[in-house]
Amino acid sequence: MAHRYFPHTPDDIREMLGKCGMETLDDLYADVPESLRLKRDYDLPQQMSENKVREYFRDLADMNRPLTCFAGAGFYDHYSPAVIPAILSRSEFLTAYTPYQPEVSQGTLQYIFEFQTMMSELTGLPVSNASMYDGATALAEAMMMTVAASRKKDRVLVSATLNPAWREVIDTYALYHGVKIDTVPEDNGVTDLAALGNMLDGASDIAGVILPTPNYYGILEDYTGVAEMVHASKALLVMTAPASTLGVIKSPGEWGADIAAGEAQSLGMPMSFGGPGLGYMCCTKALMRKLPGRIVGKTTDASGQRVFVLTLQAREQHIRRDKATSNICSNQGLMALYATVYLSLMGPQGLRDVNDLSSSGAHYLASRLVETGAFELKYPSRPFLNEFVLRYNGETSLKDFMEVSAASGCLAGVMIADDELLVCVTENRTKEEIDRYIWRAETFSKAQTPLFKSESEQNF
Amino acid sequence: MNRKYYGKVIFELSRPGRTGYHLDSNGCEEHLATLPDNLMRHSPLRLPEVDEPTVVRHYTNMSANNFGVDSGFYPLGSCTMKYNPKINDEMATIPEFANLHPLQPADTVQGALKAYNDLQAMLCEIGGMAEFTLNPYAGAHGELTGLMVIRAYHMSRGDHNRTKVIVPDSAHGTNPASAAVAGLKVVEVKSLPDGTVDIEALRSLLDDTVAAVMMTNPNTVGLFEYSIPEIADMVHAAGALMYYDGANLNPLLGIARPGDMGFDVMHINLHKTFSTPHGGGGPGSGPVGVRAGLEKFLPNPVVVRKKPAEDDYFALDYEIEHRAESLGRISAWLGNFAVELRALAYILSLGKDGLAMAGSLATLNANYVKESLRDLYKVAIDRVCKHEFVFDGLIDKSTGVTTLDVAKRLLDHGYHAPTIYFPLLFHESLMIEPTETESKETLDEFIAVMRDIAREATETPDIVKGAPHDCPVRRPDDTSAALNPVVTYFDL
Repeated sequence: MAHRYFPHTPDDIREMLGKCGMETLDDLYADVPESLRLKRDYDLPQQMSENKVREYFRDLADMNRPLTCFAGAGFYDHYSPAVIPAILSRSEFLTAYTPYQPEVSQGTLQYIFEFQTMMSELTGLPVSNASMYDGATALAEAMMMTVAASRKKDRVLVSATLNPAWREVIDTYALYHGVKIDTVPEDNGVTDLAALGNMLDGASDIAGVILPTPNYYGILEDYTGVAEMVHASKALLVMTAPASTLGVIKSPGEWGADIAAGEAQSLGMPMSFGGPGLGYMCCTKALMRKLPGRIVGKTTDASGQRVFVLTLQAREQHIRRDKATSNICSNQGLMALYATVYLSLMGPQGLRDVNDLSSSGAHYLASRLVETGAFELKYPSRPFLNEFVLRYNGETSLKDFMEVSAASGCLAGVMIADDELLVCVTENRTKEEIDRYIWRAETFSKAQTPLFKSESEQNF
Repeated sequence: MNRKYYGKVIFELSRPGRTGYHLDSNGCEEHLATLPDNLMRHSPLRLPEVDEPTVVRHYTNMSANNFGVDSGFYPLGSCTMKYNPKINDEMATIPEFANLHPLQPADTVQGALKAYNDLQAMLCEIGGMAEFTLNPYAGAHGELTGLMVIRAYHMSRGDHNRTKVIVPDSAHGTNPASAAVAGLKVVEVKSLPDGTVDIEALRSLLDDTVAAVMMTNPNTVGLFEYSIPEIADMVHAAGALMYYDGANLNPLLGIARPGDMGFDVMHINLHKTFSTPHGGGGPGSGPVGVRAGLEKFLPNPVVVRKKPAEDDYFALDYEIEHRAESLGRISAWLGNFAVELRALAYILSLGKDGLAMAGSLATLNANYVKESLRDLYKVAIDRVCKHEFVFDGLIDKSTGVTTLDVAKRLLDHGYHAPTIYFPLLFHESLMIEPTETESKETLDEFIAVMRDIAREATETPDIVKGAPHDCPVRRPDDTSAALNPVVTYFDL
């Protein structure tokens, strides 16, 4: 049987078997007990041509409906420069593995070095690793890192304003890793700092505190004095923000955080139904040797050139095995290249423009939606960048509004309660799209239920 | 690959005033809110300022100093660097997949959920398992998830004493590391001289504190663990579960299934066996499969296929569920979805007939290289190997040429080096995995070069010890890099 991915001719196979002193391919498996052999074909389709594969995927694609996206909640629809897929598809990057052989891997090593520099700039912390899987697992690793860096502490505090899906991931890691997680309650959409103070006061078992800004509700939190409070309890402060927002908001380093970890998908990456995204993780110099994952450093080679290598590998699983700082091996290498090329193209001003456009669009939408009377801001006194929570006041249900919006090609946000909607605007949303959203809200709130009955009765 | 070193860093190309983007006005600028000054950034943001052509040329030049599977033979043992078919990438970038937000209503993403479910079902068939989750992001993440499944299982039975995991001394480094992250204590079991697990040693370690035995089969020496049925019986009799590290699944395609060998939980590296690009170290994907009875412990969220009543016209075929007994959540959403799409395209392209050939051809290639070099390189354990094998360095060690030297000399000849100094069972491990997508001609050329290097090692050892001679950079100083870490441009 010939297949386009296999170069072997029948003659090749015969000759090669001959070299091994064998007659059939089956002889290569003489040591596999007969009872274990699969004595039938896989119950799978026959091999397909490229055109058949395309048909298969076209049928699947036709069952999807991309929507004009006003949803965020951790994954964002930002502008994606055409340069990036072109660079990422260079097979020297795409089909390489972890740069174990620096002599033939300077491309990978160099972009990781650039990535580390950029993430360090964004977070305001001097050390970055080569990436993590996603924001949720990066924070879970940060949680474990605070415990590992402490002596015999086993409790970590997490703000109630963190993305609940990420919180579930942290809880899962903590449960199996033997770490106790306690929630710092929220007060009107932000972390209750007085409660945090009380929890820290006199406690000697708290290894770390995890705080978001902007938080799950899009609110920019004011953490003035928090780092001092956390450090006074000899705990480490972990902060998280969507990477893109770090172009304009006060960075974790400026707040006095020890670790910054989160999701960098907002740096122009396709949403891809949730993955791949890109986890980032940065820390202070003091914590560098506790950082999980790959780290690239500068050195010189035998010819005296400035070159780059994987460094501080004594932290890693292939050296330290069960004593490693983490089990991470592969990370999100190619997505780190994505972020690096994105930040190269955008530069400091581009990132500011992305944030300003997103924020102005969001504030426009928010204020006009409130004017319709169908919605009010849940946290009117809180500052936000480009994501905010609305409370629905309409006659019909918010669920119906979501369904009507989807039916007209719009993802109106993420419902976080029966009458609460988390809405996000990015620079990808045009004035027309925003105005259509407003029009839909106006029309919907004024309409009697029957107008939309046909849609709302559908069991979506 | 370009033999001339490029070596510039993007920050060195930055000039104030250059720009690489253009964004449109959204007509809302007047609504830009003034946010509290103390919540905003005040430190400088030193990102590069570069125009688009400069960016493209910079990264293109950088890529020319990199070596991938498309550049040449990449026999990196344990990593299954097979050819990455291009159709897979085309499928993963279809806009109706790439532009889906993860929280869209289920009725607008039925195709995405079906793709996930189709791949789940195919992996179940290939692995001999009852259900797979595709949520884990990488092999090590799959190991961690699988061990959590095992812990959730024991905890659900009130069996709280099972806190140990037994791993062979030949195991991948991620195995003990994953066990430690999952809160388990690692106990190593020795290997026999023939490279397989010592059953008697294993038996003596089994008691009611053991949660699982983690094995790779074929193991990291490339050898089939032929006693696996007996081991599985022993382990199950002791109340523990069997975990299969799927890093080495490739040679078993079409031959045998982990589920039929008695494994209860397994992961698969889609970036190995199912050809998704390694991407310089990710994004990968590490789906986890379980035997019947353990499905309820798999991580949330779960994609399920519904069988709607015939008259329920609007019911969905696929939905996302959250199960109460699940081990919890290990990813924000449904894993590295675009990687999952690539693996699905690969399985469809190969089909049942192609998949069945892949394993045998990978094994044939490995044995052919081993047999062609066994007179010059020391076969670590002399048995028929599977997809990979280990040399314990050169047979003639009198001139002091090491495995590292051989690896570096291979770079001069346009090959990526094999995995070196792993497994830890041998001092001079040189682990070669050719994969099934290499032709006999490629292997013959590689064999000829390996023979030349062995000859050089005897006749002109300094040439090998000084290698590489013909690469953009030569033997970077790892020690000074670690002693005085410089990890950002502004620290240079």
